[in-house]
Amino acid sequence: MGTSRHSSSVVGLTLRRRRILWAYAFLAVPLLFFVAIRIWPMLQAFQLSVTRWHVDPAQRVFVGFHHFQQMWGDAKFLQALRNTALYAAIGVPAQVFLGLGIALLLNNIRRLRGLFRAIYFAPYVTPAVAVAWAWSYMLSPHLGVVNTLLGYVGIPPQPFLTSPTQALPTVAAVVVWQFVGFHVVIFLVALNSIPREIYEAARVDGASGWSLFRRITFPLLNPSLVLSVIMATASPSIGILQLFTQVMNLRMYDPGGPLGSTSTVVLYMYQMAFRRFDFGYAAAIIVVLFAIILTISLLQLRVLRRRFEY
Amino acid sequence: MNMRTWSGLLALALGLVAVTAGAQVVTITYWQYEFASKVQMIDELIAEFEAENPGIKVRHETFPYAVFAEKVATSVPAGAGPHIVNLYYGWLPAWQRAGYLQPLPEDAFPTDSIESEFAPLVRAAKIDGRYWGLPTAVRTLALFYNVDLFEENGISGPPETWDELISIAQKLTIYRGGRFVRAGFGMAPDGQDHHLVREILLRQFGGAPYSDDYRTVAYNTPEGAAALKFYTDFRLVHQIGEPDFPFPGVAGYYRDGFIAGLIGMIVDGSFAIGAITRSAPHRWAVAELPRLTPDGERHNFASFWMHGLTPLAQGAELEAAVKFLQFITSERAMERWVAWVGELPARLSLVDNPELVGDPILGPFVAALPYSHATFFVDEAAQRAVMIDAVLRVIRDGMDPAESLRRAASEEQAILDRFWQAR
Repeated sequence: MGTSRHSSSVVGLTLRRRRILWAYAFLAVPLLFFVAIRIWPMLQAFQLSVTRWHVDPAQRVFVGFHHFQQMWGDAKFLQALRNTALYAAIGVPAQVFLGLGIALLLNNIRRLRGLFRAIYFAPYVTPAVAVAWAWSYMLSPHLGVVNTLLGYVGIPPQPFLTSPTQALPTVAAVVVWQFVGFHVVIFLVALNSIPREIYEAARVDGASGWSLFRRITFPLLNPSLVLSVIMATASPSIGILQLFTQVMNLRMYDPGGPLGSTSTVVLYMYQMAFRRFDFGYAAAIIVVLFAIILTISLLQLRVLRRRFEY
Repeated sequence: MNMRTWSGLLALALGLVAVTAGAQVVTITYWQYEFASKVQMIDELIAEFEAENPGIKVRHETFPYAVFAEKVATSVPAGAGPHIVNLYYGWLPAWQRAGYLQPLPEDAFPTDSIESEFAPLVRAAKIDGRYWGLPTAVRTLALFYNVDLFEENGISGPPETWDELISIAQKLTIYRGGRFVRAGFGMAPDGQDHHLVREILLRQFGGAPYSDDYRTVAYNTPEGAAALKFYTDFRLVHQIGEPDFPFPGVAGYYRDGFIAGLIGMIVDGSFAIGAITRSAPHRWAVAELPRLTPDGERHNFASFWMHGLTPLAQGAELEAAVKFLQFITSERAMERWVAWVGELPARLSLVDNPELVGDPILGPFVAALPYSHATFFVDEAAQRAVMIDAVLRVIRDGMDPAESLRRAASEEQAILDRFWQAR
């Protein structure tokens, strides 16, 4: 004891302190990484948003809030913003509740459970381009199988992606179809982690069916529900607010069409950046989207998170 | 000496070799998007160029079309991009304004000789009195038609007038239970048809798309409305096809439909020849675009991909890049290009070549060069969308063509004004 205390006092630190220092040292690596590839570019985006872009840094001009004012008068941007809100209003609840519903059903079956799980999850790991093409063929108003099936039950052919009114819900449906498997898996894991004893105890007390779900399952799923909702809303991979790839690929020659009806904020930002080479304006758009996502995520956390006790 | 010292010395020696070699050989980089025949052609031209210029090495890098502009956008500011870059001429104003290009040096590319030697449409590469790049090849539009389908339906030849096109297309169209099974004409406002309306039909109906300097929209007229109505009536009145047929959203859907025999006729560019030759199982042919009356005016739309110099080319690299640029825009390179890629030569001296004019496939495209217009786009993506939307508002939303065109004109004028006011 004496020797170890002696040796540690050589560098003037207790063992405990040295352990903490090591912990911080290890934490610093991912932190640095995070700062370098997330925070730093974000700050650059803020700077870019008040600048008129030029390849030569010496020729970049400070324009203040010009780009933000420009946005208010930009009908195409406002349409993209409205569309994004609509996508979220349709897509988030649909993904989460379908995901939960399917997980509850899967949780109740024993046979072929793995197969079903794989089937629901498969679209999530299918490349978005392949998904877009397959659906584009199936949804062709003229030659697609969907209209043929509708014809069998007496429904006239629908225009789907070619109609300014039907295109957005159709894209939303494809997106939900693709991402629902992700939520199914999240909820399945959560359902498996609820201790059986709680249900047994509740049954002994006379609870059953709906009240078991409402009083036990649903409250205990809350952390997963919060995760699921926030992922479905805001995450870069499946968040509806950052919808881009599916929209782009479902209409290669007229992205965001017909008549801008499927355009999204990220798609519009992309067009400003890489078609018009107007990176200042594109950055301003992304700053606005950042503020929106941050606000909504904080609100969701606040509203949805419930304390619970076993 | 230990291992470390040895390896240090070795590295130093290798570095010296590299530095001395670098003093003799200048390496420049050329970027284009991936298009098999163009990539092969440029590879061959590079080999020839390097054989003639032992002091210059050309690195040829390609990227998929979908990410090409992104790569350029991010690499050039980082100083890691190309010295010479291939770009669609419609992108020029945006790229030039953001500083992605430098003007061609006047001594190596005198404006006078460009304008006397190249097809006039190449003037779309001129901004502020300077040229910002030059093409090897140009492209025009023509009518592709399915010869097998024509014969099966007793049609002897391609249409001379638009009215003939409509009546032929009606014979080829199969429309059943509210769905097209086959379209006589492949409508594609987001393919080439927005050019068809803007630069061809509008002019044939007696209108003009823009003022001569392309700064003012001039199509918001009764002639313009008549042209738009004529095009949208293909769907709404004559039922000979519809946009997005057969597969909405898929890139090149109308061309795929033509190849698959689901569409009888399409308007497409000379760049489509390769894909159609490779894949179409049926016989097909090409004809000059129809006109309103048998002796009416002919018009066409021309476009090109140009080679531009980025600001990364400086000093010895600029010199080498200029040499390479002169080489790939020479008559020699163009002759090879048309034979292999199927795009038309950009130099007037090659356009009259009887072999080319008489070619059954290339002939109709070459014939169109003298009456072709290359729209000067300031924001190609946005201006393209304006005309696509003008068409779709009529077809999908039932808007009156005159009203739709009025809206298009005000949208497009705003795009033009924003560009010119900022300069």
